[in-house]
Amino acid sequence: MLHLALFLIFGVIAVVGAINLIAQTHPINSALSLVVVMGSLAAEYLLLGAEFLGAIQVIVYAGAIMVLFVFTIMLLNAGAEEQTRGSKVAIIIGIPGMVIGSVAVAWALIRAHTGAEVPVGSLYGSAQGIGHLLFRDFLLPFEITSVLILIAIMGAVVLARRES
Amino acid sequence: MVPISYYLVLSAILFACGVLGFLIKRNVITIFMSIELMLNAVNLSFVAFASYWQALSGQVFVFFVMVVAAAEAAVGLAIIIAVFRTRQTLNPDRVNLLKL
Amino acid sequence: MAMPLHQFFTSTDYLLSLPMIMLALFGMGVLIIDLLLPPEWKRANAWTALVGLVFSAIAVYKVQIADRIAEAHGQAGSFVGFGGSLVADRFAIYFYYLFLAGAAIAILMSVKYLEIEREQHGEFYALVLFSVIGMMCMASGYDIVLLFVGLELMALSTYVLVGFLRRDQRSNEAALKYLLLGAFSSGIFAYGLSLFYGLAGSTNLGQIALTLEQHFLANPKDPVAILALLTTATGLLFKIAAVPFHQWAPDAYEGAPTSITGYMSVAVKAAGWALLLRIFLYMLYPLRPIYLPMIIFVSLATLTAGNLAALTQSNLKRLLAYSSIAHVGYMLLGLVAGNTNNASSTGIKGIMVYLLVYTFMNLGAFAVITSLRRRDIIGDEIDDIAGLMFKAPTEAILMLVFLLSLAGIPPLAGFWGKYFIFLSLIESGHYALATVAVLYAVLGLYYYMRIANAMFMRRAETAEPVSLSPGLRLALAITALGTVIIGIFPEVFLRAAAWSLSVPQASAVAGLLK
Repeated sequence: MLHLALFLIFGVIAVVGAINLIAQTHPINSALSLVVVMGSLAAEYLLLGAEFLGAIQVIVYAGAIMVLFVFTIMLLNAGAEEQTRGSKVAIIIGIPGMVIGSVAVAWALIRAHTGAEVPVGSLYGSAQGIGHLLFRDFLLPFEITSVLILIAIMGAVVLARRES
Repeated sequence: MVPISYYLVLSAILFACGVLGFLIKRNVITIFMSIELMLNAVNLSFVAFASYWQALSGQVFVFFVMVVAAAEAAVGLAIIIAVFRTRQTLNPDRVNLLKL
Repeated sequence: MAMPLHQFFTSTDYLLSLPMIMLALFGMGVLIIDLLLPPEWKRANAWTALVGLVFSAIAVYKVQIADRIAEAHGQAGSFVGFGGSLVADRFAIYFYYLFLAGAAIAILMSVKYLEIEREQHGEFYALVLFSVIGMMCMASGYDIVLLFVGLELMALSTYVLVGFLRRDQRSNEAALKYLLLGAFSSGIFAYGLSLFYGLAGSTNLGQIALTLEQHFLANPKDPVAILALLTTATGLLFKIAAVPFHQWAPDAYEGAPTSITGYMSVAVKAAGWALLLRIFLYMLYPLRPIYLPMIIFVSLATLTAGNLAALTQSNLKRLLAYSSIAHVGYMLLGLVAGNTNNASSTGIKGIMVYLLVYTFMNLGAFAVITSLRRRDIIGDEIDDIAGLMFKAPTEAILMLVFLLSLAGIPPLAGFWGKYFIFLSLIESGHYALATVAVLYAVLGLYYYMRIANAMFMRRAETAEPVSLSPGLRLALAITALGTVIIGIFPEVFLRAAAWSLSVPQASAVAGLLK
C-alpha cells in the first residue's frame, strides 16, 4: 500500500513536471521542471530497487546534465520563446495526437501485463551487482563509452572554440 | 505491490510528453530537453522491466543511456552555441538557410 | 572475489576487438600528433589516419583468416566474443571492409578541402576513425546494449563532423537539424528496444528472437509487440533516411563539408543498413508477416519522394541527397522480396552488392563535387559544374561514369545492385513492385543526365580552373576503378556478397535465408 502511495505521489509529480516543461515559455523554467521530473524518477527507481541508478540519476542527470543546460541558457541569455505559425499548427495537431497516442499505448501495455506485479525488495540493483555486469558481460560497450566520452569532449572543443 | 503496467504507463506518458515537446516547442534548448525527457521515459521502462524479469541487464542499459545522454548533451549544446554565435537566435524556424 | 582477467577478456575477445582497438589507438594518436605539428604539416594527420585504417583492415583480415581456419575445422561462423554480445560473422566482416574503404576514400577527399576551408584540424580525422568504431559495433553487435552504444558513437561523431565548418552558417545549421532529428530518432529507437527487452527479459538478439518466436505463436496480434516493432523500425528508418523520416537528409547533406556528405551517404548509411539488417533478420524475423506491408509502403514512398524531389533540385549535393534517398528505396525492396515468412536470399545479397557498388560510385561523384570547391567558389550548384568538359575533361568523363553507374546503366557497377534487387522481386513474384522500380530507375536517368547535360552542353560560368590535389586524384582513381571493375568483372564481388551471407549466426536465420 505504501509502495502504491509513493508510486502515485512521485508519478504525479513527474507527469506534472513534464507537462510544465512543455507549457512554460521560458527555457529556464522548462529546465527546472525537467529537474523535478528527474528527481521524482530517481525516487521511482528506488521503489523498483534500482539503488545505484537512483543515485546516479540524481548525480549525473539532475546534477551534471541539467547544470550544463542551465549554464548554456544563461550563457546564451535565452529569452522566452516566440510563437510562429508553424508552432501553432504543431500545437493544434500535436496535442490531440499525443493524447490519443498515449492512451492507445497505455491500453496496450495494461492489457499485455494484467496481473504482473513488481515484487518489492527482491531485486537489488546495487553498485556491486551493476559493476559485476559492466566489467564482465558488458565489458565491450563499457570500453566503447570511453571513446564516446572522448568524442563528446573533443566535439565540444571543436565546435565551441573561438577564432584564434 | 504495484502492477508493472503502472510504471509502463507512467513511462509512456512521459515519453509522449517528450515527443510533444519536441514537436511544438520553438526554442532549440527546450527541444533538446524534450529529447532528454524521452530518454528518461525509456530509462523508467527499462528499470521497470528489469525488476519484472529480476535481471540486472535492464539497469545496465539505463546506465549506458545515461552516458549517451550526457555525451549527447555536451555535443548538442556545443552545436547550439555555434549556431547562436553565427545567427543570434534559438528559434529553429529562423534557422532556415537550408530550405526544408 | 577476484576473477582472473582472461576469464572475461579471452584471446578471442582480443582478436575480435582488434580492428576497433587499432582505430581507437590511431584516433588518439592523431589527436596527440596534431598538437606537435606545425600548421603547414597538418596533412600528416590524414596519413596517420590512413595508416590506422590500414592497420584496422589488417586486423579484420586476421579475423577473416581465423574464420577460415575455424571453417576448416568444421566450426564456421562460431566467432562470438564478449559473452555473446559481439559476433564477428562474415556479415560483419563484409561491412567492416566497406566502412574502412568508405572512410579511407573520404579522408583522401578531405585533405585539400579542409585546407581551402582553413579548418585542417587533427580532430577531423580522429572523429572519422572513431565513427568507424561505432559502425563496427553496429555491424557486429549481437546485444542491444552494444548496438545502441555503437549507434550513438557513430551518430555523435557524425554530428560534429557535419558541423565542422563552424564559421559556415550552413554547416552548423545542418549539424543542428541532424542532431535534433538524430537524437529524437535514437530516443524512439531506445523506447522500442525497451519494449523488446520487456517482452524477452534479455538484451541478447538471439534470446529476444527466440522469445518473440514463441510469443508470436501464442499471441500473433500482441499490441505491445507491434508497438515495439513500430518504434524500433521508425528509429532504424530514420537512420537510413527512408521516407517519411527523411527530412533531415537533404539539409544535413547540403550543409556538411562535401567530403563528409560523401562519407555520410556511403559509410554512415551502410552502418545504418547493417544495424537494420541485423535487427530485422536476426531479431525480428518472427514478426516478418507484420513488418512486410510496412516495408512495402515505406519503400514505395521512398522511391516516389526521392525520385520526384531529385527532379527539381538545383544544388548538386541536395540532388545527390534525394538520389541517395531513392537508392534506399531500391534497397528496401530487396528486404521486401521473398515470401511472408522468409526473406529472399537474392534480395539480401542484392542489398549487400548495392551497398558495395554505391560506396564507390557515390563517393566518386562527391569527389568530383569536392574538386569544384576553390577559392571563393563553394561549387555545389549545378551552375558550378557547367562546362566542366572544357575545363577538366578527365573529371567530366569520370563524373559521367559515376552518374551512369548511379542510374544503373549495364556495363557499370550500379547495374548489378539494381539487377539483383529486381531479380529477387521477380523470383518471389512481386511483378508490380518490380515494374514500378524499373520505371523509377528510368526517371532517375533523367536527373542524372541533367548534371551530365550541364557538364557537356553548357558554357562555364566562371573561368576559375579546376585543379586536383593528389589525394583527390587517388580517391577519384580508386572510385572510378571500383565502379568500372565491379561493373565488368562482377563475379569476385558477387561471390564476396554471397560469402557474407553464408553461415549466419543464428540457426533460425540459417533456415530463413534459403
